Amino acid sequence: MPFDTLQSSLRERFGSDSFTTSEFRDNRRIHLQPGRVFDFLKFLKENAGFDLLFEITAADYLKYPNARDRFGVVWGLANTATGERVFLRTFVNEPDLTLPSAFPLWKGADWLEREVYDMYGIVFEGHPNLKRILMPEAYTSFPLRKDYPLRGRGERHNFPVITRAES
Amino acid sequence: MALDIPENVVLSKLDVIANWVRSNSLWPMPFATACCGIELMATGASKHDLARFGAEVMRFSPRQCDLMIVAGRVVMKMLPVLQRIWLQMPEPKWCISMGACASSGGVFDTYAVVQGIDRFIPVDMYVPGCPPRPEQLIQSIVDLQEKITKTGTLWGTEFNQRTAPEGPRVNETIPAGVIVAPGDYSKSKRISLN
Repeated sequence: MPFDTLQSSLRERFGSDSFTTSEFRDNRRIHLQPGRVFDFLKFLKENAGFDLLFEITAADYLKYPNARDRFGVVWGLANTATGERVFLRTFVNEPDLTLPSAFPLWKGADWLEREVYDMYGIVFEGHPNLKRILMPEAYTSFPLRKDYPLRGRGERHNFPVITRAES
Repeated sequence: MALDIPENVVLSKLDVIANWVRSNSLWPMPFATACCGIELMATGASKHDLARFGAEVMRFSPRQCDLMIVAGRVVMKMLPVLQRIWLQMPEPKWCISMGACASSGGVFDTYAVVQGIDRFIPVDMYVPGCPPRPEQLIQSIVDLQEKITKTGTLWGTEFNQRTAPEGPRVNETIPAGVIVAPGDYSKSKRISLN
């Protein structure tokens, strides 16, 4: 399905002011409000043939030149029959860092959303088991946020020291 | 010597015999977490042949080992595992910190990577390199054999004297609110922080 056709079917379904699009080379992106994400994902999966969710990721735009919002979240969808790809993009800001979970549509969203939660603290409502996936469970920070120092806040030094005499 | 002993009898100290036996049958526990582990495997393989020094018996159970070779970076999620494995090894035991990452964190000066295992477990030998060549690891094992021969005792009393932590003490304070901001590449300069 060409991107023009996809855009017109999305306009027909959701209205022309519910999203904007941009293209760079063969990257085709749909920008939308956080509240519409699940409807778009569901439509793209069930009506437009984008049957594979291959990526969920995020970026922190704190102090980024000309950025208006804090976190950008990206969903990457692929049509496995034709090889086409499309990216959904939305922005969320503190304190409301909640987004709908894509888990009811793709079981593969499970670990992807857990990673985004682990690194950025973005909460996916409806996720069955939203806990940290990479960092230890006792960890309290979200390390890929730009206001988190690269060397951490001393977590890497917070262990008991075993001397040779007592081991 | 005035002693009248047969010529097939050798007199020695028990310490010397124990050191001789221990230093020539080190059983390594390969704690390989990164590319140093590949060099560790090469050291054990036929070309470099660690068996020449009696240390070829890699055991994957800490209860059968007396030499822990930490090869690779240790992250904060792995460090409790490392400490537990170290405590599970029976006495006498030694530790080689292999490579830049295990010894100092290497280039991984980030929130998750432990900046040298000697901050949290005792280390006998450090091997520099990123990763070290197998010859360097072999040299460290030979040096460790010399250390055992020179300082070892039958009952391991030399270990009991090492009561102080041996790694660098942590005294690093990170100012609150430090922000790593991206550069403004359209003007090819870094934007000011805070």
